[in-house]
Amino acid sequence: MIEIKQLHKYFGALHVLQGIDLNVSKGEVLSIIGSSGSGKSTLLYCINGLEEIQQGQVVVDGTPVHDRKTDINKLRQRLGMVFQQWNSFPHLTALENVALAPKIVKKVSRDQAKSIAEKQLKHVGLGDKLDVYPSALSGGQQQRLAIARALAMEPEYMLFDEATSALDPELVGEVLDTMRLLAEEGMTMICVTHEMGFARDVSDRVAYFHQGVMEEVGPPEQIFGAPQSVHTQKFLANVR
Amino acid sequence: MDYNFHWRPVLRKIPELLEAGLLTLEVAVLSMLLGIAIGLGLALLRMKGPTPLRQIATTWVEIARNTPALFQLFFFGFGLGAFGLHLSPYLIVLAGLTFNNAGYLAENFRGGFLAVPETQVRAARSLGMTAIQTYVRIIIPQVLKIVYHPMTNQMVWAVLMSSLGMLVGFRELSGETQFFASKTYRIFEYFAVTAVIYYIIVKIILLASNLVARRLFRY
Repeated sequence: MIEIKQLHKYFGALHVLQGIDLNVSKGEVLSIIGSSGSGKSTLLYCINGLEEIQQGQVVVDGTPVHDRKTDINKLRQRLGMVFQQWNSFPHLTALENVALAPKIVKKVSRDQAKSIAEKQLKHVGLGDKLDVYPSALSGGQQQRLAIARALAMEPEYMLFDEATSALDPELVGEVLDTMRLLAEEGMTMICVTHEMGFARDVSDRVAYFHQGVMEEVGPPEQIFGAPQSVHTQKFLANVR
Repeated sequence: MDYNFHWRPVLRKIPELLEAGLLTLEVAVLSMLLGIAIGLGLALLRMKGPTPLRQIATTWVEIARNTPALFQLFFFGFGLGAFGLHLSPYLIVLAGLTFNNAGYLAENFRGGFLAVPETQVRAARSLGMTAIQTYVRIIIPQVLKIVYHPMTNQMVWAVLMSSLGMLVGFRELSGETQFFASKTYRIFEYFAVTAVIYYIIVKIILLASNLVARRLFRY
C-alpha cells in the first residue's frame, strides 16, 4: 500500500503540493487528472523519491520513502515508473534496455536477465524488436519499451507520468492498450493522465488536482458524473 | 632556380625518422590518455564541483585554451626549470601536451554531458540504479559518442603539436628531422619527407578512429 500523509512540497517559494492525503491499496488503479502545473507529476516523483519533500510523509509498504535510513535504490525496485518523454536508453538495443536493470540492480545472471527482457518485450508486443535500437522505433513503441523496462524489475506498483502526452495521436491507442492490459492483470497503478476516456474506463478511483490541492477523489462515475467541486466541474467542461 | 635536390641522404635516414615517428605517436597517445582522464575530471568539477575546485578547473581550461601551446610547453621546460625543477625533454612535451589536451577535452566533455538529457538520469534512477551505475552505464556511453569525433580531432592535434618538442630539445619526429637537416643542410628535403610521414600517421589514426567508431556506435 502507498500512504501519502499531509504531503507538502515547495519549489522555492512555490507551494506545489499543499497537504496531500491519499492512500492507494494493492490492485487499485488510480488516475490523477487536472490541468498543467497542478502538482500531479510532482506527486509521482515524490512517491519514488525522485523529489525531496518538505513536510509530511510518503510510505510504501511500510517504508518511509524520504527517511534517510531508507535504501531508496532498493525501494525503487518496487515502484516502476514510465515518463512522458519515454527516455529509452539510445545506446542500448530494446533487449539491453530492458535487461540492464535486472542485471546490475537485481544482480540476476546474464541469461536470466535476457529471458526476463524477452518475456516483458513480448508482453508489451515488441517480441519482434529485440535487437532493434530505440532510434528505429516509433514513439509508441519506445513508450511500450519503457513500460517493459519498468516491468522487468517486477515492481509492485507502476507510476505513469502522462505516458501518452508526447505521442502522436495515432500512437496513443497502443500505449493505452498496454496500460489497460496491466490493469486487467491486477497491477497497482497510479496514472497521471490527460486521457479522460482511460481514466473513466480503467480506473477504480479518479483524483482531481487543482493548484497543488487534491480537490476531489472518488469512483469515476462520481468524478465524471457528478463532480462536487466547482473547479472539477469547470475542468471537465473544458476537456470534453 | 639553382637549387639541386638531394634526396638520397634523406632516404637513407628513413628508418631513423620512422623510429622518431613512433616516439611522436607514443607521446601523443599517452598525452591523450592522460588528457582524457584529467579532462573528464575537469568537466565534472566545472559542472558539479565545490566552488574552489570549480574555479581551479575553469582556470586550467582557460589557460589551456587561451594561450599558445608552445608557451605551455615552455612553462613545463623553462618555467619549472627556473624554479630548479628540471624535467627531461620527453616529460616536458608529455606534460605540456597533457595540459593542453585536458583543457580542450574538458570543454568537449562538458558539452557532451550537457547534451544528454537530465531525464535519462531520472529514468535510470527510477529503475533503482545508483548514481554511479547511472553515470557508468547510461550517461558516459552517450557522452562518448557525442565527444568521439572532437576527441579524434584532438588526437590529431596532439600528434601535430608534439612537433613543438623540437624547440625544447626533444628528438621526436620533428626534432630528429631538424637534427639531420642541420647536419646535411638538406633542410627542404628532410622536412618534405617528414611532412609525408606526419600525413601518413594522421591518416592511419583517422582510419583507425573510423573503424572503432563503426564498431562502438551502432545506433
